[in-house]
Amino acid sequence: MLGKYLPLVWGSLLRKKTRTAFTLLSLAAAFLLIGLLQAVNSVLAGGADFLGANRLITQAKISFTTPLPMRLMPQIEAIPGVEHVGHSQFFGGVYQDPKNFFPQFAVNPQRLRDTYPEWTMPEDQWRSFISTQDGAIVGKILADKYGWKVGDIVPLNSFIWTQKDGSRVWQWRVVGIFSGRDREWSDRANLMYLNYGQFDEARVPQARGLAGVFVVRVKNPMDSGRIAAAIDGKFENSADETKTQSEQEFQLGFLKQLGDIGFIVNAISGAVFFTILILTGYTMSQAVRERIPELAVLKCLGFTDRTVLALVLAESFLLCFLGALAGLLLASAVTGALPPEYPIRTDGRVWLFALASTAALATVVGLPPAWHAMRIRIVDALAGR
Amino acid sequence: MSTVTQVREIVLMNLKSIPQRLGASLVIVIGIAGVVGVLVAMLSMSTGLNKTLTATGDPNRAMVLRGGANGELASFLALAAATQIKQDPAIARGADGLPLASGELIVITEVPRKGERSGANVSLRGVEPAGFTLRPELKLLAGRRFTPGLRELMVGKGAYTQFDGLQVGSKLKFRGSYWNVVGVFETGDAHDSELWADLETVQSAFGRSGASSVVVRLAYRDAFAGLKRRLESDPQLNVEVKTEQDFFSAQSSGLTRQIGFLTNIVAVIMAFGALFGALNTMYSAVSARTAEIGTLRALGFGNAPVVASVMAEAMALSLLGGLLGAVTAYLLFNDYSVSTLSGSFTQVAFNFSVTPGLVLQGLTWALGIGFLGGLAPAVRAARLPVTAALRGG
Repeated sequence: MLGKYLPLVWGSLLRKKTRTAFTLLSLAAAFLLIGLLQAVNSVLAGGADFLGANRLITQAKISFTTPLPMRLMPQIEAIPGVEHVGHSQFFGGVYQDPKNFFPQFAVNPQRLRDTYPEWTMPEDQWRSFISTQDGAIVGKILADKYGWKVGDIVPLNSFIWTQKDGSRVWQWRVVGIFSGRDREWSDRANLMYLNYGQFDEARVPQARGLAGVFVVRVKNPMDSGRIAAAIDGKFENSADETKTQSEQEFQLGFLKQLGDIGFIVNAISGAVFFTILILTGYTMSQAVRERIPELAVLKCLGFTDRTVLALVLAESFLLCFLGALAGLLLASAVTGALPPEYPIRTDGRVWLFALASTAALATVVGLPPAWHAMRIRIVDALAGR
Repeated sequence: MSTVTQVREIVLMNLKSIPQRLGASLVIVIGIAGVVGVLVAMLSMSTGLNKTLTATGDPNRAMVLRGGANGELASFLALAAATQIKQDPAIARGADGLPLASGELIVITEVPRKGERSGANVSLRGVEPAGFTLRPELKLLAGRRFTPGLRELMVGKGAYTQFDGLQVGSKLKFRGSYWNVVGVFETGDAHDSELWADLETVQSAFGRSGASSVVVRLAYRDAFAGLKRRLESDPQLNVEVKTEQDFFSAQSSGLTRQIGFLTNIVAVIMAFGALFGALNTMYSAVSARTAEIGTLRALGFGNAPVVASVMAEAMALSLLGGLLGAVTAYLLFNDYSVSTLSGSFTQVAFNFSVTPGLVLQGLTWALGIGFLGGLAPAVRAARLPVTAALRGG
């Protein structure tokens, strides 16, 4: 049934090739933009779904930039249901040029391994990370980018931490190169872990013993809420009040700092959609107006009113879907070509959004001319009235 | 008729007939209004941000930070260094004979954005009493100043509008105790996004000594060079001296550059979409006027007037679209306040600002799209053979 009418619908699109081509191109441009914007939105809306629900981050309530003291760790470890606790301090180092920015965290190597089993590395490299005071491990993506090998010395200029002698250049020995256990984690292997040993020993005495944030791995994800409340309850009303949330919420909090990006993204998407609605709507109504005598002929041949309505609607759907498909494929190509540190992807959510908006667009744009086509009276149409 | 008269007559005739092709014309107008609206709105965001960040900066004030620090947050000056800096002869003295210099400590606090639970980073600035004297632009909008020694806060106007629970009389709880909000202030610059408290109170609450920076008022404008030379060459200190203006414009440049870059990408893609819409409209306008154009040509009108008439139509409609877009952007977004993460990793609140320059920029884009969209159809109209055109194409 559908196959029978497809050539007819296709033929009517090809009737004015330039017009159809231009309309398709503007639809493609619009959906390229909508695809990209919604990909950004998708990150803001849900984002890091794959981060395990069995990890909590405990930060200072005042701000995660205020480090928590190490002495809180045994108290957190003592809470029932806590499996492992690690700590992590943002190092803020710059390698050679401020443009080469990648995150580094000072951690306890064994605790890192316990809390993040998702990172994979040969056993001997884990051992040497644990036993090398000035050791560092780098993600595979970083190692490839800068050509680092095990044994290299990497100097980092920290804009936060000063050594006892006043110097801010820290030397780190690469003792391992880690990767992820699956693709998603491998894509994130663009960071560096530093051994807390040298970090704590060399920094100025008043900063010693500060852990940063704590990473808490719980035995059962169902207990996360209870454990988070227990941790925060323990330090309530002390100078080091804590805020514990799931790792996912913590990461999302970073993005939320960007502020009203979601609003701006949606406002632009709305403007684009409205514009394309007017553009395509006009094209469709014009295309039908030109063909009124032809549609009347179809009706003479025995096509029912309803079939004519369906034909015009089908034309509108085909036009919109082709344009949207081209735009979204382009958007996927663009986001696919982004370096892995930008987690913007045209994922299922984006395609679904685009599908829904294309359907809405095609209906709004196609229905009035289709309705008009259905209502034409053969005699009037053939007489050119 | 001379070519000029021909052009004038035919352009006028064409423009007058636009209402007959209202539907088609609307496509150009709306398409371009969309592009210009988005362009102007996004640019007004980066202009507003820039305005807020670069407004901070009296040429008579200088800032002293730790050498190599990329912002106040990463800077640290020990108490001894801060005290020594304040004694420099280039620094103006107040009525009490003390230097107009304020050691200021920046720490980050989390305050929830309005209508949200998760916290956003907001700067808490500990200031010394001289911090008020050396910033005469500071106005109290409500309440009073904090009392030194008490856990009291003043909130900037931008922070007050963007974040929750910062009204005068409310309490914030951090570092194990309550802080009372006692006043709202306005400086018209980046400080409006901050919370202010007494320096020594902040030092004791956060277990910090010293300061992030020392802000000084110069005794006279040219004193800056001497201040910079003395402090930066002092072997006891490891500091950088910047004018307040230089410091804050450096803070904003990265962010505004990024916004500008994104704006251009979005605008270029939208412009492409609108360009094809304009081409469609102009082609159909030409084809609707085929017989008319044929008649004009038969009457002896040359190619140039025909081209001019089509181009004039495209440009006039684009201009209208551009104006519509710019006006919409102005009505919706001028003075719209938002906040985002600034270079110093804390929130900066600012207002969108639609300036005449931006409107002009938007109109230039509109005319550009109109020109490109009109050109090919105009050439086609001029090339139509008279006989074919008279038969209606």
